[in-house]
Amino acid sequence: MNQNDAARLQLRLTRTACYIILILISAMCLFSFYVLIINSTRSHPDIQKGFAFLPGGSFGYNLQNLLANENLPVVKAIFNSLFVSGSTALITTYFSALTAYAIHAYDFRFKRAAFAFIMMIMMVPAQVTALGFVRLIGTFNLMDTFLPLILPSAASPIVFFFMKQYMEATLPIEIVEAARIDGSNEFRTFNLIVLPIMKPAIAVQGIFTFVTAWNNYFVPSLILKSAENKTVPLLIAQLRNADFLKFDMGQVYMMITIAIVPVVIVYLLLSRYIIRGITLGSVKG
Amino acid sequence: MIEVKAVSTVNNQATAIRKKTGSINYAKWGYIFLIPFFLVYIVFSLVPLVSVFYYSFFENYMSGLTQIGPNFVGFKNYGTLLESNIGKYFGNTILIWVLGFIPQIFISLLLASWFTNLRLRLRATGMFKTIIYLPNLIMASAFAMLFFVLFSDAGPMNDILVHLGILEKPYRFMSEVAGTRGLIIAMNFLLWFGNTTILLMAGIMGIDTSLIEAAEIDGAKPAQVFWLITMPLLKPIFVYVLITSLIGGLQLFDVPQILTNGGGNPDRTSTTLIMLLNNHLYSKNYGLGGALSVMLLVISGVLSFVVYDTLTREQRKQRKERKLQRGGAGR
Repeated sequence: MNQNDAARLQLRLTRTACYIILILISAMCLFSFYVLIINSTRSHPDIQKGFAFLPGGSFGYNLQNLLANENLPVVKAIFNSLFVSGSTALITTYFSALTAYAIHAYDFRFKRAAFAFIMMIMMVPAQVTALGFVRLIGTFNLMDTFLPLILPSAASPIVFFFMKQYMEATLPIEIVEAARIDGSNEFRTFNLIVLPIMKPAIAVQGIFTFVTAWNNYFVPSLILKSAENKTVPLLIAQLRNADFLKFDMGQVYMMITIAIVPVVIVYLLLSRYIIRGITLGSVKG
Repeated sequence: MIEVKAVSTVNNQATAIRKKTGSINYAKWGYIFLIPFFLVYIVFSLVPLVSVFYYSFFENYMSGLTQIGPNFVGFKNYGTLLESNIGKYFGNTILIWVLGFIPQIFISLLLASWFTNLRLRLRATGMFKTIIYLPNLIMASAFAMLFFVLFSDAGPMNDILVHLGILEKPYRFMSEVAGTRGLIIAMNFLLWFGNTTILLMAGIMGIDTSLIEAAEIDGAKPAQVFWLITMPLLKPIFVYVLITSLIGGLQLFDVPQILTNGGGNPDRTSTTLIMLLNNHLYSKNYGLGGALSVMLLVISGVLSFVVYDTLTREQRKQRKERKLQRGGAGR
């Protein structure tokens, strides 16, 4: 009896220690965002005076100033980012599913070779090809356009791999055969029968590709040149490049808020699906 | 006549269709559906990759306003790179990765084992998982800009630390080697440890619980269960995490680039390999840029092979021994 009590007490102590550490780690994750949001509601003179833990009343004022700032075309950048990320998400998910379907549903001579090839290129870092890519885009005369940011995403090995894993688990070949007997051609079968079955996988991967494209800085900074074509990360870089001490700090915090907070809100709404989605495509223990 | 002809063509068509479905040749659709992926990959990745090798053998840069080259120079660009500061930048990159990865794997393993521990039965794990994964989705460049503002000399963090009495006077994070590198490491840690935790959790949950129960019945302590049963079975996912993290670490760019405005201050102690590549791309030095890209490809290939090889050596050894034993028994 006594031993049992001791064990229970020890378990309770361990549990308390776990909670304390978890809360500390969570606080560490959230603190910088807390400061960000507080400071985005305070005016430049207030921020200069020192930090306060309570929000101020200048959120609207900062937002208005930022939107009126001609050097930082924020609204245009948000639309550019939305367009590039949205198109990238659509192209990536559709063509990755199509490629996965080709490997999953058909038997052909080079099937194994094609699969091995895609798995091999998965580990090639994207930056390694950047030099050749930029020069190629130059010869295609596509510099300062969105096409070179969107089109290459049709070949995404990681999303392909995820889609293939998902198909193996959820798409019985009998469904495809039934569609064939009903006279549906292969392309129609893919679009009208396979894609709807793949919806959950497409949603998760769509979110991930959207966020990755939204956050992407390296390649867009090499391709996009003119002010009206800049995406949000390029404006952040521009803000860092400017002599920021002369800047209205309220606007700086507001700009960072605009880059970060929309993603956070979408994430908090969909976090259950996202967290489940992270592990589905990765190797299985 | 016309009618007969029409009937015969219909018949022909019917036999044609029957023939098609009879021999069922769907293989061509496999090829057709692979076309977009391979076409796009070849045009936008493979051709650039091959051209990077090609550029690396040419002298091709801007000297002021005059274009030098392209002249074929063989391996001279590689020599120039090796003589330059590249060793220092490689060191920076690896140091930042290692110092970020060690605490990351430690904390991630700890959290993953807590979240999956059936005896602890922690509550609100969903909420904690949501919070620790959150930074992974944040725009790295905006996150770096945020840290730059927060940790600037007169920024809120210094203000808080001085008010709490932890610091006597503001610490100049961006002017100190340890301060700048420390911030980069901290950001990288925050951005990635949630992801690692969730991957390791999936690995732990994939382990057959009866193994652990059997060990507990045999009197194994929790630490013994963890090191002797969970860890060996976790190896494949561990290798995966290590390799992806290593390749990601070599690609480190957004955070130090924005934090130091591309300068790698102080005194280029936080310049990474990709920042150097970015500099060559901006100054249009295609020869050195090409050579650097090829070296990056080789380094990431070699490092991931080494990691994979060392971590799976034991498994292969065991498999070989088993094979030998079986062979011996057979004889």
